[in-house]
Amino acid sequence: MNHAMPTNDQAALKAEARSLSFFYGEVQALKNINMPIHDKKVTALIGPSGCGKSTYLRSFNRMHDLYPGNRYEGEIRFFPDNTNLLSPDVDPIEVRMRIGMVFQKPNPFPKSIYENVAYGLRVRGERNRRVLDDKVEQALRDAAIWNEVKDRLQDLAPNLSGGQQQRLCIARALATDPELLLFDEPTSALDPIATGAIEELVHELKKRVTILIVTHNMQQAARVSDYTAYMYLGEMIEFGKTDEIFIKPNDKRTEDYITGRMG
Amino acid sequence: MNKAIALTPEAPHQVSARLAKNVHRHLSERLIEFLLFAAAAVSVLTTIGIVYVLLSESIQFFQHVSIVDFLTSTQWTPLFDDAHYGIIVLVSGTLVSSAVALAVAIPMGMVIAIYLSEFAGARVREVAKPVLELLGGIPTIVFGYFALLIVTPLLQKILPGLPGFSLLSAGLVMGIMIVPYIASLSEDAMRAVPMSLREGSYAMGATRLHTALHVVVPAAVSGLAAACILGISRAVGETMILAVAAGMQPNLTWNPMEPAATITSYIVQVALGDLPHGSIGYQTIFAAGLTLLLITLLFNILGQWLRRRFREAY
Repeated sequence: MNHAMPTNDQAALKAEARSLSFFYGEVQALKNINMPIHDKKVTALIGPSGCGKSTYLRSFNRMHDLYPGNRYEGEIRFFPDNTNLLSPDVDPIEVRMRIGMVFQKPNPFPKSIYENVAYGLRVRGERNRRVLDDKVEQALRDAAIWNEVKDRLQDLAPNLSGGQQQRLCIARALATDPELLLFDEPTSALDPIATGAIEELVHELKKRVTILIVTHNMQQAARVSDYTAYMYLGEMIEFGKTDEIFIKPNDKRTEDYITGRMG
Repeated sequence: MNKAIALTPEAPHQVSARLAKNVHRHLSERLIEFLLFAAAAVSVLTTIGIVYVLLSESIQFFQHVSIVDFLTSTQWTPLFDDAHYGIIVLVSGTLVSSAVALAVAIPMGMVIAIYLSEFAGARVREVAKPVLELLGGIPTIVFGYFALLIVTPLLQKILPGLPGFSLLSAGLVMGIMIVPYIASLSEDAMRAVPMSLREGSYAMGATRLHTALHVVVPAAVSGLAAACILGISRAVGETMILAVAAGMQPNLTWNPMEPAATITSYIVQVALGDLPHGSIGYQTIFAAGLTLLLITLLFNILGQWLRRRFREAY
């Protein structure tokens, strides 16, 4: 049952890729991907470098629109409203208002800790100081960094440590209550302790938000995710419950990758 | 302690013996090192020479004129029988014309830089930037006559009371001349901001303008400050435009609608005349030049401070 079959059970889905292909100019980076994203679950994308995991992830919030010459084919349906995120009629800014993202390398803005977290709220036109204060505090608490920064909210964010910066970036993404949170290898630039803190956070966050996470680290995928997709050369080879994928993969290529014979 | 002292006499001998061998082996390297050093030394020595001449001539000047008079007198009439040496007269002209120029150049330069760095496509930028930089290559004397013969008559239609020579007209054109410097340097500073910061902002749902103003500009602020400081230095030191279009009569004024001499245009005026060496009129050039040097130095120090204060933190 763990093969790449989109389920019909849409009530439990947050999004679904349908026949999704993607082109960097002439180069096809994603080939006909079909995959469900389950609501309030963590879905991990694994696969060797260059397999298209990040390209796939970045299609969800239309990051590819920032660069010329990129082209999508197919759809990403977003539920409950069944919007096609990739439709030319859908404003990428509207998409990004609903979908948050945390990047590989922490990228705090050259502003204070407070202003970093308030950024998305200000983009959405929030001016009320009390509302801002409340939401900033809540987001910092949710990102498990409040106790470390509560006495220095006006310090410059780039002066924090790498692990703190990444948690700040998570707080920044959480402050606007996204429906889906994209993580692009969020721990690849962090030490094991900071990595542990982020993983714990991901586990905690899935109670309220759907999470899609790209990772190079198989143990990490096994630890944090409910569903796992294995990608190879732009194709989705296998998708299923994480336990099943890791214990009994269907596809030989998935097995080779997971057991370390390749990649 | 004793042991250390006992060891030192021998150590230098060993080291120099080893070096001596290297000298023969790397003779060409030493030669190149010397040439490189000489090239660097020429520019440093030139600067020292200029400062020396300015200082020594100024010291002679200040033996005739007290520093208090120089700083407080409100008249600048060094060539008259009733001579006054109030540098503030020339400084006011310099500051007013520079302020007009910067009021044009900084906003325009920033807008152009933001457009080129954040909005323009690659092809627009490839054409626009070289053309913009070409503007910086136009000789300033051409700008001067542009101010005198085109901009001033145009301004007189809007401002009927404007005289034929004015700080306003010269300052405006000086601003146009400085725009390419500020725009080009600011664009470089903004383009150096890593793409990851922009992506972070776009991912939050920000528009291009919001990203440019709230993320890119703050991240590039030290480079932008450096660009503005360079613009100020250009404005303060600019000569021909002011000599041609601002009139050359010393005039203590803070009103850009009046004609006035600046430090630089005064120096040109006097240097073109035939004042005898060593006369006090001749020495005023050096006192004025020293003042100019100090003003530029002040802005350079300010620029260095700004650069340290707002070091790129990405």
